Amino acid sequence: MTTLPQTTEKKLGLVIDLDTCVGCQACVVSCKEWNTSNYGAPLSDIDAYGAEPHGTFLNRVHSFEAQPETGCSQTVHFPKSCLHCDDAPCVTVCPTGASYKREEDGIVLVNEADCMGCGLCAWACPYGARELDEIFGVMKKCTLCVDRIYNENIPEEDRVPSCVRTCPSNARHFGDLGDPESDVSKLVAARDGMDLMPELGTKPVNKYLPPRLKDQPSEATLKPEHTDAKGLFAWLDKALEKL
Amino acid sequence: MHPAPSVIAFTTLSGLGFGLLAFLGLGLPPVSGWVAFVFFALAYTLAVGGLLASVAHLANPKNALKAFSQWRSSWLSREGIAAVAALLTMAVFAVALIFFDLRLRFLGLFGALLCLGTVFTTSMIYTQLKTVPRWNMWTTPSVFMMHALGGGALLAGQTRLAAVLLVILGALMVWAWIKGDEKGRAGSTLETATGLGRIGKVRLLEPPHSGENYLLKEMAYQVGRKHAVKLRIFALGLGVVLPVLLMLALPVTHFIGFVAVLSHLVGIAAGRWLFFAEAEHVQALYYGK
Repeated sequence: MTTLPQTTEKKLGLVIDLDTCVGCQACVVSCKEWNTSNYGAPLSDIDAYGAEPHGTFLNRVHSFEAQPETGCSQTVHFPKSCLHCDDAPCVTVCPTGASYKREEDGIVLVNEADCMGCGLCAWACPYGARELDEIFGVMKKCTLCVDRIYNENIPEEDRVPSCVRTCPSNARHFGDLGDPESDVSKLVAARDGMDLMPELGTKPVNKYLPPRLKDQPSEATLKPEHTDAKGLFAWLDKALEKL
Repeated sequence: MHPAPSVIAFTTLSGLGFGLLAFLGLGLPPVSGWVAFVFFALAYTLAVGGLLASVAHLANPKNALKAFSQWRSSWLSREGIAAVAALLTMAVFAVALIFFDLRLRFLGLFGALLCLGTVFTTSMIYTQLKTVPRWNMWTTPSVFMMHALGGGALLAGQTRLAAVLLVILGALMVWAWIKGDEKGRAGSTLETATGLGRIGKVRLLEPPHSGENYLLKEMAYQVGRKHAVKLRIFALGLGVVLPVLLMLALPVTHFIGFVAVLSHLVGIAAGRWLFFAEAEHVQALYYGK
């Protein structure tokens, strides 16, 4: 049934640190690599070596620029994938029962054997976290690497989502956000973690840690400052100026 | 939102078909025998044709039958069930009327309610989406219902009633456009979408990929908005004004009726195209659109 569970035993999810993400796209690549070869249909690429390459990704990194009232703007790299919302609108709209939220850990998944590819769940998601695969005709989304995190055939340190394992700047953290004592929950509390588009009432499990404020205000100084030239260079400066 | 031809055909044609079926269920016009057969054939062609067009929208239609299972939470599932219930109920009513000259009044009334219920569930598929603020308003079900009722009355030859219903439809369409323009993205901005509003004004510096993707094709469609005013004039002029004038000003012959229906259909299709094309999805914010 595509009704949502009242509560989930755990709330597994990601905490993404916008302060430390460097926008290297390694998580995008590792996500694609793991998820194209494991759970469900592969993530297809169309015209991969042609003029208009496109394809399915479960995780994409945008880059934004935030402009404070004074001083320099701040560049923020912004990874975005499914937020495994507590009140996931993508689940309840599903007519076939393919979309569901797991009671045991809160992961939102698609049972591809039931998906008819109507795309309504992607319309219901505010975050653009679901993509209909063009070749396989089923809805693809982040599985929180459900086939890694419980997988006893791989070394213990690898039992986290692929993006988390890969991130070289330690900007991605995985854990139980329903347990206030977990590392991720403490991190969220300490760094004032936030929800995306809270006004839509989706209650996302994944949290984002805002960029830290700069310790000193930065001012743009793009003008060349070579006004203190003396002797030969001062003469050259003047001469060139006159040309 | 991407205006898929299959979905426009589906909502327009099935709306008209279920509208006509509802009127036939109420005994308007009080036809029987072969005339009733022609009316029912037309209604079923429109309703079923529309539903089949919607199947063309599915990327994996082999699982379409499973769509009847989730009526407890999903409006799309409820729509499927309502449509089948309406078509089956009206089929019994039609067979009794055509072949046995038997008018099962209560069954007809029940069938008419199911037909209107189907149109309502269709409209709720769109209305429920908070992510598309222009659809997430009471005007969406009202416009869908009045389109079915007005168009149905037109097809059923209820000239005066059709004129009244179409005028109401026109007023609702204009109201929905005004309110939709006012609402915009209903308070969602790139600042709330990224949470970076606490720093200041946010803009997209670099998108995550240089090419197209499903999200952009489906939810960041921008052609319609630039022609919005023209399309609104088309929708209102052909969908409402011309049919109303024809119904009121001229003696309504079969030919005039045909022109009115055709004009209404083209106008409503234009309006429906715009319904999708100018609807803005909040996730397009992440792409700076």
